[in-house]
Amino acid sequence: MSSSASVIFQERKDQILRKGQGDFDMNCNRESLAGAVSQRACVFCGSRVVLYPIADALHLVHGPIGCAAYTWDIRGALSSGPDLHRLSFSTDLQEKDIIFGGEEKLYRALTELIDRHHPKAAFVYSTCIVGIIGDDLEAVCRKVASEKGIPVLPVQSEGFKGNKREGYGAACKAMFRLMGSGDTSNISPLGINILGDFNLAGEIWIIRGYFDRMGLQTVANITGDGRVEDLQRAHGAALNVVQCSGATMELAKMMKESFDIPFMRVSYFGVEDMAESLYQIARFFEPKAPGIMERTRELVKGELSQLYPRLQEFRRELAGKKAAIYVGGAFKAFSLVKAFRLLGMRVVLVGSQTGTEEDYRELYEITDEGTIIVDDSNPLELSSFLKEKDVDVFVGGVKERPIAYKLGVGFCDHNHERKKPLEGFIGMLNFAREIHSSVMSPVWRFVPRRKAR
Amino acid sequence: MKRADYVSTTNACKLCKPLGACLAFRGIEGAVPMLHGSQGCATYMRRYIISHFREPMDIASSSLGEKHAVYGGGPNLKQGLKNLMTKFGAAMIGVATTCLTETIGDDVPMIIREFRKEMEEAGDGPGLPSLVSVSTPSYSGTHMEGFHAAVGAVVDQLCAGDLLCANSEGKFVNLLPGFLSPADLRHLKEIVADFGLGCVMLPDISETLDGPALEDYEKIPAGGTPISGIKRMGCAAATLEFGRTLEGGATAGMILHKRFGLPLHQSGIPIGLRETDAFFKALEQASGMKTPEKHQSEKGRLVDSYVDAHKYLFGKRAVIYGEEDLVIGLTAFLAEIGIKPVLCASGGRGGRFASCIEHVTAGLLETPPMVEEGADFQKIEELCQELAPDLLVGHSKGYRLSKKLGVPLIRVGFPIHDRFGGQRTLHAGYRGTQMLLDRIVNAVLEKAQEDSAIGYGYM
Ligand code: SF4
Ligand code: SF4
Repeated sequence: MSSSASVIFQERKDQILRKGQGDFDMNCNRESLAGAVSQRACVFCGSRVVLYPIADALHLVHGPIGCAAYTWDIRGALSSGPDLHRLSFSTDLQEKDIIFGGEEKLYRALTELIDRHHPKAAFVYSTCIVGIIGDDLEAVCRKVASEKGIPVLPVQSEGFKGNKREGYGAACKAMFRLMGSGDTSNISPLGINILGDFNLAGEIWIIRGYFDRMGLQTVANITGDGRVEDLQRAHGAALNVVQCSGATMELAKMMKESFDIPFMRVSYFGVEDMAESLYQIARFFEPKAPGIMERTRELVKGELSQLYPRLQEFRRELAGKKAAIYVGGAFKAFSLVKAFRLLGMRVVLVGSQTGTEEDYRELYEITDEGTIIVDDSNPLELSSFLKEKDVDVFVGGVKERPIAYKLGVGFCDHNHERKKPLEGFIGMLNFAREIHSSVMSPVWRFVPRRKAR
Repeated sequence: MKRADYVSTTNACKLCKPLGACLAFRGIEGAVPMLHGSQGCATYMRRYIISHFREPMDIASSSLGEKHAVYGGGPNLKQGLKNLMTKFGAAMIGVATTCLTETIGDDVPMIIREFRKEMEEAGDGPGLPSLVSVSTPSYSGTHMEGFHAAVGAVVDQLCAGDLLCANSEGKFVNLLPGFLSPADLRHLKEIVADFGLGCVMLPDISETLDGPALEDYEKIPAGGTPISGIKRMGCAAATLEFGRTLEGGATAGMILHKRFGLPLHQSGIPIGLRETDAFFKALEQASGMKTPEKHQSEKGRLVDSYVDAHKYLFGKRAVIYGEEDLVIGLTAFLAEIGIKPVLCASGGRGGRFASCIEHVTAGLLETPPMVEEGADFQKIEELCQELAPDLLVGHSKGYRLSKKLGVPLIRVGFPIHDRFGGQRTLHAGYRGTQMLLDRIVNAVLEKAQEDSAIGYGYM
């Protein structure tokens, strides 16, 4: 099939690529096409995703009710202590607030909630409509902060001012304002901050466990199982390790600039990337921490010797099957491509909501000939790709699930709602098990599209 | 009892207006719901709806960005409409506004008129889908107001007053069921058919949001109220409209009544004996036929099980929350079986909730239950501390409360995000009531069994 034959929306032609057909050319980072049913979310969503796991902060959504209601406890970001983040707070703006301004209501709501919950800090999210009526969030936050004696941080996340990625930036800016104020005296020279892990299904605890075994001290979780006080002293760490680089890279850069903390990109998904991330961190600390390399090698060896035999069992049945990936940020796609390779599977479609040109270039490098690479896709395209490539399993989020299931294709939720950890070595095993349990289920034999085979 | 008045909302017990409108549009054959606003709203609503129905739910968006918020979203809306026409082959597009476009003041009906004109001038007039728009700012009203507004808009904009009705069409009724589950809607259609009546049910999500596995991905899921049917609604023998809070309002049923003089039967959602009887009586009237034997015996079995169940349930204290009309229906039913509703709560502020609750419990309860409009889960939880309910009845967002209180939650309505088969939950009719009754009794028994150290084998 020629590449143009399956173009559904002409306007999106240059957001779809087939490896091996022409040169790399991807026109991403555009506004979504009206009427195409993009799978993207908004700026607010990006901010909410990043800040949400900070468990002892109050998260108040300033706007009409929907924006807060749809984000009530939607992610499995776990906390080892307080869980204020799991409540959904809103100013629930009404018509008169829209006409006369919402500042007064915001002030009263904030005061009321801080008195009720005694949070360590408060984040106030701006939504589309607040951007239009022009409430001065900054001023209200300043006032409440001085009255209540806690940081009260505006998050400039008006939904229409871009996509999720701008929301990440707004979240980073808000968090950055917390930094620099805490006491760093008892932080070891081997202190690190974990950026871009949201502790879905308890994943950050697995990663922290590895760092402990390497002899490192984790200063701040940013933001999974996060705490305000940790963020306030995060500038005392020696290194920032950044996963999900789209989400928190901006913060790492700001911290580099202001506090001179170096950062490195890591990924905890898949065996290769997990091990390489640990080695990379060990190499960084080696001058200060003799023996760290050995400890890391031991760790990886120990984990792998348990993992490999069990992976082989899955591999036997999964080898040769075809996978498709559509995720929010492209970083995750890199690791998934490798993880599927380890299972002997072929990735035939990979895409993301908000990848950058650089991301897509990297995907282009690591994928096989013929693989479809797509930016900001939609149900019509995704379903046609799934059929064309006769995919066995599709990795995505809740919105992609019914597309796969209707077509009789297996599915793996690799998004915020997962209940089993997919990070770390143990996560690779969980991933393999989940892929296996979807691909090998007998139910596909009964669905119309597959029955015909 | 102290009833604090809070400024902030915690864990809302309502959703936003366009979500209801999208659900209603999804129940029309060949229709695509579209939001005029920024991309986020549509995506959030899709996710929310998909998690309940486990079905595709495409909601298009005009995907406004910053410059559109300043200069107006007309061009994007038109481009979106065009894409839905050509790429989805939409037979109808239902455009709902969002908070953003309401606030910047986009005139959607006018933009649509312009679009229609431009398309006609370009020679694309004949292929033009039906275009319906509804104003749904979330800062006034909940998803239910959005739902009813959308149904009203469809009727208002598609049912032309100069309709000619032929006798050959056969006798049919309009059924405006409100937001019920696909299983409910299938059952309602079955009931009406058993009376020998045709039926235009608007909207009808029974297939569009509970469809079969397929060979191919459908751009627009099959099923829904046929548009040709909607256009003929003025020829019906009568309109049956569910929702006690709607009485007297400018609803779709009222529009049909005013425009075509159709008799309008407004009644509660048929849950429990009395509300279901009222529905059957309206059908008897419309058809001139007695309730068929099949349904009489279903009713007989229901009454019999009321008796079988009464001891387990008498005096049990229930908190019921969710959409006003659903809560009213459930409360009517619970009062019949000896359960004591102690709190009826809704995030809505329609203003008729309390009087309707009073009406449906009159004669069965000594005093009507406490009623809370504009409630969130913060408030419901506080009230529960004092009311000490034995069970909660509502959607799945009450789960954490039920866990905290250690009492069972009977999951009904929307959303059910933590259980399987929410779209197949039956609430309506004698049959739906029967299923609810069985579930409630079993929840009470299970709790008693678990709380007891003895391990009773007979309950
Ligand atoms: S802006 Fe309005 S329409 Fe959009 S999600 Fe929020 S409440 Fe709903
Ligand atoms: S109103 Fe704006 S901020 Fe809220 S969900 Fe919609 S796009 Fe996002």
